[in-house]
This record gives sequence, C-alpha cells and structure tokens, in this order.
Amino acid sequence: MNLPVIIKFVIDLLAVLLLALGIKGLSKVKSARDANRLAAFAMSLSVVGLLSYYLGTSGIAIQSWIWIIIGSIIGSLFGAILAKKVPMTSMPETVALFNGCGGMSSLLVALGVAIFPISSGQENFDFFKSLINEVSISVSIFVGAITFTGSIVAMAKLQGWLSTPGWTQSKVRHFVNIVFAVASIIAFFDLINGNISSIWLLVIVSSLLGIGVTLPIGGADMPVVISLLNSYSGIAAAAAGFVVDSQLLIVAGAMVGAAGLILTQVMCKGMNRSLVSVLFGGSLSAQSTASSGSGEYTNITSCSVEECALTLEAASKVIIVPGYGLAVAQAQHTLREVTKKLEQNGIEVVYAIHPVAGRMPGHMNVLLAEADVPYEQLKEMDVVNPDFPATDVVLVLGANDVVNPQAKNDSSSPLYGMPVLDVQEARTVFVIKRGMSAGYSGIKNDLFDLPNTSMVFGDAKKVLNDLIGELKDLGVGEK
Amino acid sequence: MSFISLLWVLLLGSLLGLELIGKVPPTLHTPLMSGANAISGITMLAALTLIVKAEGNVPLLIIGSVSLGFALFNVVGGFFVTDRMLAMFSRKPSNKK
Repeated sequence: MNLPVIIKFVIDLLAVLLLALGIKGLSKVKSARDANRLAAFAMSLSVVGLLSYYLGTSGIAIQSWIWIIIGSIIGSLFGAILAKKVPMTSMPETVALFNGCGGMSSLLVALGVAIFPISSGQENFDFFKSLINEVSISVSIFVGAITFTGSIVAMAKLQGWLSTPGWTQSKVRHFVNIVFAVASIIAFFDLINGNISSIWLLVIVSSLLGIGVTLPIGGADMPVVISLLNSYSGIAAAAAGFVVDSQLLIVAGAMVGAAGLILTQVMCKGMNRSLVSVLFGGSLSAQSTASSGSGEYTNITSCSVEECALTLEAASKVIIVPGYGLAVAQAQHTLREVTKKLEQNGIEVVYAIHPVAGRMPGHMNVLLAEADVPYEQLKEMDVVNPDFPATDVVLVLGANDVVNPQAKNDSSSPLYGMPVLDVQEARTVFVIKRGMSAGYSGIKNDLFDLPNTSMVFGDAKKVLNDLIGELKDLGVGEK
Repeated sequence: MSFISLLWVLLLGSLLGLELIGKVPPTLHTPLMSGANAISGITMLAALTLIVKAEGNVPLLIIGSVSLGFALFNVVGGFFVTDRMLAMFSRKPSNKK
C-alpha cells in the first residue's frame, strides 16, 4: 500500500464514522443542527479524500478539472438558491425534488460507465466485464430511474401541477405496471447477457414504471412514497458504489436506504395504513367514499367567531390541534398571535401534535417552530391525551381524521385502530373548517355530530384573524 | 476490493442505518428525512470518479459533469434546507417572549 491509498483509506473511514455520528445526532433536538453540519463536513471530507487520492496516483487532467468545476458550481448554486427560497410549507415536495436528482445522478453514472467502458492503467478498472459490474449497473439504472421519475411525479402532485387521472384508479393500472415491470426484467437480463443496447429499454421502462406506480397514489399518502423513494435513492447510491468500487458509497447508501425504510414504516403506522395498501391500493378517498362512512351528519352545531372568542376568554386551559389545513392556509403565524393573546390573559395553551400532523411526521413541528411557538408547548399525542378531560376548549384547525372518534369506537370504520387525539373528552370543541368536506380518508367524522362540538366555518387564516379582532374587543391580552 | 467484502460492507452499512434511526422522536422525522436525503447525494463521488477516469472522452465528461451537478444539487440543497428547519428548533423561546 502506498501513501495515497493509506490516506484515502483513513479519510474514508473517518467520513463513515462522522456520517454515522451525524445521523445519530439528528435524532436529538439539541444536537440535531450540529449533527447536520457534521454530516455536511463528512461529505466534503470524502470529496477531498477522493480527489487527493487521484492527485497522488493517476493525476487529474485539466479537462477533468474544468468539467468538475462546471458541474459543481451549477449544481451547488441551484441547490443553495432553492433551499433558501422555498417556503417551509413546501418542504415535502422540495425533499422529493432533491431526492429525484440524487436518483438521476446514480442513473447517469451507471449509464456513462455502461456506454463508455473506461480504460484505466493502475487499478484494472475494467468496467462492464464481470457479471457483478453488469448487475450493479443495471440495478443502479433501474432504481435510479424509478427514484427520479417517481420523485418528480410526487413533487408535481404535491404542488398541484398534476392531478390523479381517472384511469389510474381502475384495475388497468396494475396491468400497465406489470407490463412495465416485466419489460424492465427482460431488459435487465438482456443487459446482463451483454446486449448493451437494451440499456435504453431499461432506462425507458423503469422510468415509466416510476411514473406508473406513483401516479395513482393520493396526496395524503404522498409523504410515505417520498420517504420510500428516499430509501430507494440510498439503494441507487449503494449500487453506484458497486459500479465504481467505492466502499464509502456503499456504506452511506445502505445507511440512507435503511433509514428511509424505518421512516416509511413509522409514517404508515401513524396513518394506520400498510405499505402494501399505500403502494397498490390507489387513492384512499376513491375507495372509501364508495364503501363506507359516507353517512349524513345529523347534529351539526355551527357558531360564530364571536361566540368562539367568548368561550376562549372564559377558559383556563386551551389545547390547539393543528392539521394540514392550517399549513395550507399558511395560518401558523396568525395562530401564534391568537395564542399569545390567550397566554397574556393567563390561559394555559398547549399544542397537541399528532404523529402525522401536517404532511410528514414532524412537519407540523417545523411549521409551528417557524412561527416562534416555544418548543415546550408542543405535546405529542401520548402525552397530551390524558389532559383532554381537564381541558376547557379545544381548537381543531384543519385537522380531521386525526380527531375522528370512529378510530376508537367503530370497528367497521376503515380508520379503526389508528391512534387519534381524544378531543371529544374536552368540555368544548371548536372545529375551524372551510366546509363539511371529508378529510383525506373521505370518511365522515363523528366528532362533528357531538353536542360539545361547534363548527366555525371559514378559511383558517381568516377565522383566526377575526378571532384576534374579537379577542381585542373583549380586552383579552391587553394589560 | 473483492465482491464478497463489498457485500459485507453493504450488510453492515444497512444494519448500522437501522440501528441509528431506530429511536428518533417524531418531531425530527422531517429534518432527518431531509438530512438522510442529502447524504444519499454521496453518488457525487461516483460522478467525480467518472470524470477523472474519462481521459478526454468528451461525452463521458459531460455525462459525469451533469451527474455531478444533480448530485450536488441534492447534497447542497438538502443540507441547507435541513439546517433551515433545525434552526427553528434551536431558537430560544425566552428571547422571543
């Protein structure tokens, strides 16, 4: 072993260690930010390690430097700009976009190696010769393409650029996807047999498969899909690691792949959905409106913002249940103003965070933190559920399925078994909602029919603004 | 590196990932997903290798460069966005009241 090899070995080892510590540190609120930086540092370290290795052995041609610099500058610049500009509410689609580009990168590497076998002096880099290389190239292309097109479709659907086409909800889609999958497998084996031209077939059909699998999935399940695709991009990176013979890539890719799987499972549990039904069941609302829970509401009480303000003024403990609707209305800052007024009046305010509030687990926490809600006031479901009986007022803002008592009481409900917030235990519940439309699941919410529930109809932001005015008139929060 | 030892690396890396992620509070799931996503941009190393080994083959240089761009978009954007999210948690509630 000569010196450059040893140096690279040490740097790679250090980078893996730091990446692992980074992921570990991301699991605690206090250390998370430093851990993220540590991981970023480890990534730059790995680049330094690789470049110094080539400088010390084969050298790097001027021409290579030019292309390295062009690629780096353009990629980093766009990444940094997007990351700075994007609003917090669009986080899921942003992650999807980044993720898709990671998949695309792995795909391109494999494609490049396959089309232009590289001759190399020192290490016998005889690509595409051994079966292993062929398999890893094929896997890298297959997974990379699915990750790319799947992520782009996911992003477009979350952005509202793409709706769910009708045919994708019928059985036809399974047939179509099976055709794509079989074609991928054929191309895969043809490629391994040495027929390089079938690489294009593989690229095309696996891209189509990514679209075909993601397109039928409803908006509510999209975060699960993004998390799964995140796991895929790790797998694609690991496969690319086999292609270029890099242990560091394999370890990092495998870690991300495993992490994505765990997160995916956590999300599925929170929504009471199995991964299989998310992937192959189509949009949940499409099935369930037909089957069950489409009963009529019989006992809706609607009330004005003024009444709501009066009840709030008299309360001593208030729990806020924020949901996806709050994020859509961008009302988290207005909400914070309301709660500030209540706090100034000596009212205890707590936010109850369901594990899948918002669009991704933890998304709501990020949005509320953005609006300066103190971290201590965010309570997780298990902590807050025993508090509801001793609570005067619950404000439900844009949440629906996560406060549906059916999940506990009605074993025939598709929601049955999903962990929910027991808001009906509180003395008074106000549900701020645009109209009587159902939640993600398309299931009737029994909460709305209960005698202690009142509906305040309107856009979350507008209602909260009116509420601020009413509270002001009552002299709440003015010392 | 023999194929078998690379497979060992794959196996141990996966187990490490499972073990590291196992105990994360839900609050941090979104930042964690975004951070892990940034790390998956590690394919930039493969893109770099491709460019260095291209030896003047222009189409390959271009493919490598585009690939590097995509990967760095993922890495730089991913880490920045994660940092933005985490910055909100670390704000002290006391100086905002």
